[in-house]
Amino acid sequence: MKIIVCIKQVPDTTSVRMDPETLTLIREGVPSIINPFDAYAIEEGLRLKEKHGGTVTVITMGPPQAASALREAIALGVDEGVHLCDAAFKGSDTLATSYVLAQGIRKLGAFDLILCGKQASDGDTAQVGPGIAVQLDLPQAICVRKIVEVQDGRLTVERSMEEGYDLVETPLPALLTVTKEINEPRLPSLKGKMRAKKAALRTMSAAEMDADPARIGLDGSPTWVEKVFPPPQRGAGRMLQGEPEEQVGQLLDEIEKLKLG
Amino acid sequence: MARLEVVEEKCVGCGACLKACPYDALSIESSIVQVNDRCTLCGACVDSCPYDALVLRKDGAVPSAPPGYRGVMVVAEQKRGTVQNVSFELLGAGRRLAEDAGGALTAVLIGHDVAPQARRLIAFGADRVLVAQSKALEGFNDEAYARILARIIREQKPEIVIAGATCIGRALIPRVAVELGTGLTADCTGLQIQEETRHLAQTRPAFGGNIMATILCARHRPQMATVRPKVMKASAPDEGRAGEIVEIPCAEEELSTRARVLKSVEETAGTVNIADADVIVSGGRGMRGAEQFALLSELAKALGAAVGASRSAVDAGWVPYAYQVGQTGKTVQPKLYIACGISGAIQHLVGMQSADTIVAINKDPDAPIFKVATFGIVGDLFEIVPRLTREIQRRRKAGR
Repeated sequence: MKIIVCIKQVPDTTSVRMDPETLTLIREGVPSIINPFDAYAIEEGLRLKEKHGGTVTVITMGPPQAASALREAIALGVDEGVHLCDAAFKGSDTLATSYVLAQGIRKLGAFDLILCGKQASDGDTAQVGPGIAVQLDLPQAICVRKIVEVQDGRLTVERSMEEGYDLVETPLPALLTVTKEINEPRLPSLKGKMRAKKAALRTMSAAEMDADPARIGLDGSPTWVEKVFPPPQRGAGRMLQGEPEEQVGQLLDEIEKLKLG
Repeated sequence: MARLEVVEEKCVGCGACLKACPYDALSIESSIVQVNDRCTLCGACVDSCPYDALVLRKDGAVPSAPPGYRGVMVVAEQKRGTVQNVSFELLGAGRRLAEDAGGALTAVLIGHDVAPQARRLIAFGADRVLVAQSKALEGFNDEAYARILARIIREQKPEIVIAGATCIGRALIPRVAVELGTGLTADCTGLQIQEETRHLAQTRPAFGGNIMATILCARHRPQMATVRPKVMKASAPDEGRAGEIVEIPCAEEELSTRARVLKSVEETAGTVNIADADVIVSGGRGMRGAEQFALLSELAKALGAAVGASRSAVDAGWVPYAYQVGQTGKTVQPKLYIACGISGAIQHLVGMQSADTIVAINKDPDAPIFKVATFGIVGDLFEIVPRLTREIQRRRKAGR
């Protein structure tokens, strides 16, 4: 199977917050990581390769330092890393991003399956995966929690729904986005890390990908961020005092006031 | 091409912007800010500068939208032939937007044998319901629904399209937006027509909910947005309300799909789905073991609540992953969230901090959960929780 995994390097969100007084984002050293959901996509790709043979390629659109995310993936066992890198990609929203990734994937030749994480932890939109599916005219299954079977060019998966799941069957090639229920990602081995250090990444600029300048970067983005601000702050809470009996009584008085019905 | 510009005469090198950048794209050299390659043009630094020394330069004037688009369209969602509540909530928001932006409020309903449901959509505010029906459309399928919805939108030309940010919505709407080559903003918590520009200002959380962003889609139409269930409010239904129901015929080619649903499996029958619950009782490492979660189940039963858990409890194998609330689990917005023996690590908080009321019970007075709690009890949860359950039952018996 030829498997392509789309990944994104993101700031570690647990360290990004907004100071309500100064309206500035506070971050502790902003480590860059592979988007958490993408780690599950990489792991699923590697498991499919182990079971069915083939190759796993990771591809990312990002600034120069995103190359380190590709190397992290190679350290896990991925065969090849492709870096779509061009200043002209800056400011891309999800439409432009899905176009760029689709163009890059077109340059990689025939493939069987594209895996994406459900969403990126900075933008949180969950739009790029399905966007790539449309750009490449592929069938899709979104929020897949389990790949049940791959056989004779057909894939059967469990797609998460609110009340349970749908069992979905699709011919290949197809695109899946995956949730964290699908597997437990492995850690890189020392051998993998050494291999990643020496790996030659394939880098493509906008021109090398035949990307249409009108469809990339800010020019290719119908949406943009007009402003950022901190979420509404919770007021200071009240600690309930006294003996457990009293605390429980006070708490229930307050809960009754909420009129939950 | 756009770029971030440092106005050198104004920059004093105070470094406030460095702290504001999530991507580590700014540095100070010779007391002037430098922008490196990591800059994604997100704009977070611009507001942080006390001296207005940072400017995000976009080329060209404020763009205007293509003409000919009018009205608000709600993509209604049906499952097994029943319209989901989120659709009524969207009609509530849609009515407000249609009044402000001008034009009619239209609902689109795709399915099989769903025409009777169209009346409910009118009762909740739709002026018109477009119904696209076929046996092939009985259950949701990504390709056919997207193709048909895109075609309807191209024909109807609404200015705004809103849909639920549900499992179906997340599969369907991004496909439609790309087919139409227009902008989509997911998981909006706020939708307002901007007074001056008349564009739709779409507000949503980013960075796991740690910041809010307002998004615009000025040059393209329709402006598309998805909204999570329980964020908007449905209007009171008016059964006598007049409206038009229009059947939209679908061509055979439009119904084709490559991926097929073999079956739909329900797994939460009998239990309250945590994502929909108004009240959640949640346990963390302080619960100490699987058996002790029975205490929370009893409290949950007394309150009519769902049971949730922190990652610690799930990783320890005390409860299944479906209970997990937090960054790597579910994000919930209940009216009441009771956190028992949960310390309140940020990864848990991002999953529940938008609950209306938060109660924390923990024996550690310094637990970070108390910073977000509306009411806090420092105490032994093994004493407090059973007492809580008993007192609820006692009050109920006494008729309170």
